[in-house]
Amino acid sequence: MGLTVRLRKDTGKFLLDVAWEMENEILVLFGHSGSGKSMTLQLMAGLMEPDEGYISSNGRVFHDTLKGINIKPQERRFGYAFQDRVLFPHMTVRENIFYGLLRSKRDGREEKVRHMLEVFHLEEIENKRPSEISGGQKQRVTLARALIGRPEALLLDEPFSALDNTLRIEMRQLVMRIKKEFDIPIVLVTHDILEAYTMADKVALYVGGLVAQTGTPGEIFYTPSSPDVDFYLALNFPFLANQYQK
Amino acid sequence: MDSSIIFSLRLSFQVALISTLFVAAVGICVSYVLARKEFRGRELVDILFTLPLVLPPTVTGYYLIVLFGRNGILGSYLYDLTGWSIMFTWYAAALASFVVSLPLMIKTTRAAFESIDRNLIDASYTLGHSEFVTFLRVVLPLAKKGIIAGAILSFARALGEFGATLMVAGNIPGKTNTMPISIYSLANSGEWSQANFLVIFFTVMSALFLFAANRFSKRIL
Repeated sequence: MGLTVRLRKDTGKFLLDVAWEMENEILVLFGHSGSGKSMTLQLMAGLMEPDEGYISSNGRVFHDTLKGINIKPQERRFGYAFQDRVLFPHMTVRENIFYGLLRSKRDGREEKVRHMLEVFHLEEIENKRPSEISGGQKQRVTLARALIGRPEALLLDEPFSALDNTLRIEMRQLVMRIKKEFDIPIVLVTHDILEAYTMADKVALYVGGLVAQTGTPGEIFYTPSSPDVDFYLALNFPFLANQYQK
Repeated sequence: MDSSIIFSLRLSFQVALISTLFVAAVGICVSYVLARKEFRGRELVDILFTLPLVLPPTVTGYYLIVLFGRNGILGSYLYDLTGWSIMFTWYAAALASFVVSLPLMIKTTRAAFESIDRNLIDASYTLGHSEFVTFLRVVLPLAKKGIIAGAILSFARALGEFGATLMVAGNIPGKTNTMPISIYSLANSGEWSQANFLVIFFTVMSALFLFAANRFSKRIL
């Protein structure tokens, strides 16, 4: 069970070289903007091709440079939800969610959409356009649309950064519920330390295109594996300093 | 009103309508490729399709004769095979209108395609939809306004096409004399009252088309 990811991509300006594994749990990719977190998700979803890499989920290989395997994004079926502006503006909430189902699978589509509308509390706005609903509702629609096709894994790129605090807490709880109900790997990109700390089963700390350390939030924040990580945390999150200097 | 004037009005609309149908179909395909595909010579293709916008219509007409004339590069094959030539028929007028108005369609539609958020297209792909389904259900609906504006402009341009049309379709009364060509003949022979009617009719209609095109797209030309 779970995901295995090894990626190397040199864009000329930036070098990404990361490797990590996860179970059906929440892995938080944590680090500054520009450290390669979003790029990792794009490479995983197949929207970009790595120079060298290996991606597999539950035994299915999606990319293997050595064997020349590179499955198209359409066939990878990673649920990919990014910040905002990704709902189709010309479709209603209901149509957006419906679009997450493939035409080839005909049976029970109505019930599936109904179920998602219920799970994500969207029944009352099902006929509204994305421009008519709030930021939190948009995020719920995005999640519903990504999940209705039963994806291999869920990739979330700073999904809550545009929301206010109360909503963010609500959405975090929703993601925890998704983990339970769908039992799939969830990769969450964030630069919000609180989000990383409270949601992660496991954290991969990204620094300048490399994974500086992986581990539980406790391990990362309290027992940094190297002077580099220690320095990074002290520099960027000084309020933690007294904790790990003990 | 003179029956020959009614004929040329009808002919002009027929030519413009057929031309615009082809312009829309070809224009949408070409613009999509230009907007979404990276390939060598992309800008060259864009320039080739846009040239008729800036070339003197007589030059465009000249090229059409070279290509489709009875002894032309393509036209000679057609003539040998069927004994038919497109020259001096209303089809030639439609062809001239097509070539001259295609750039307007491509310019507006390409801009509309390029303004679509890349993330929306990626989202469709990650939801498992092919490029074709994504084109039909995401790209086309989101570019709808630009496409309609482009089609209206192309129609207006096709309706007013004169130079290239005169060269390939000629000025045959009751056969190829479209509105602009009739105006030219009427002015030449001093029939001012009929010319005035057509000129005013044309001006009002063109203004209405521009108004309609502007309503669909805020940034044209």
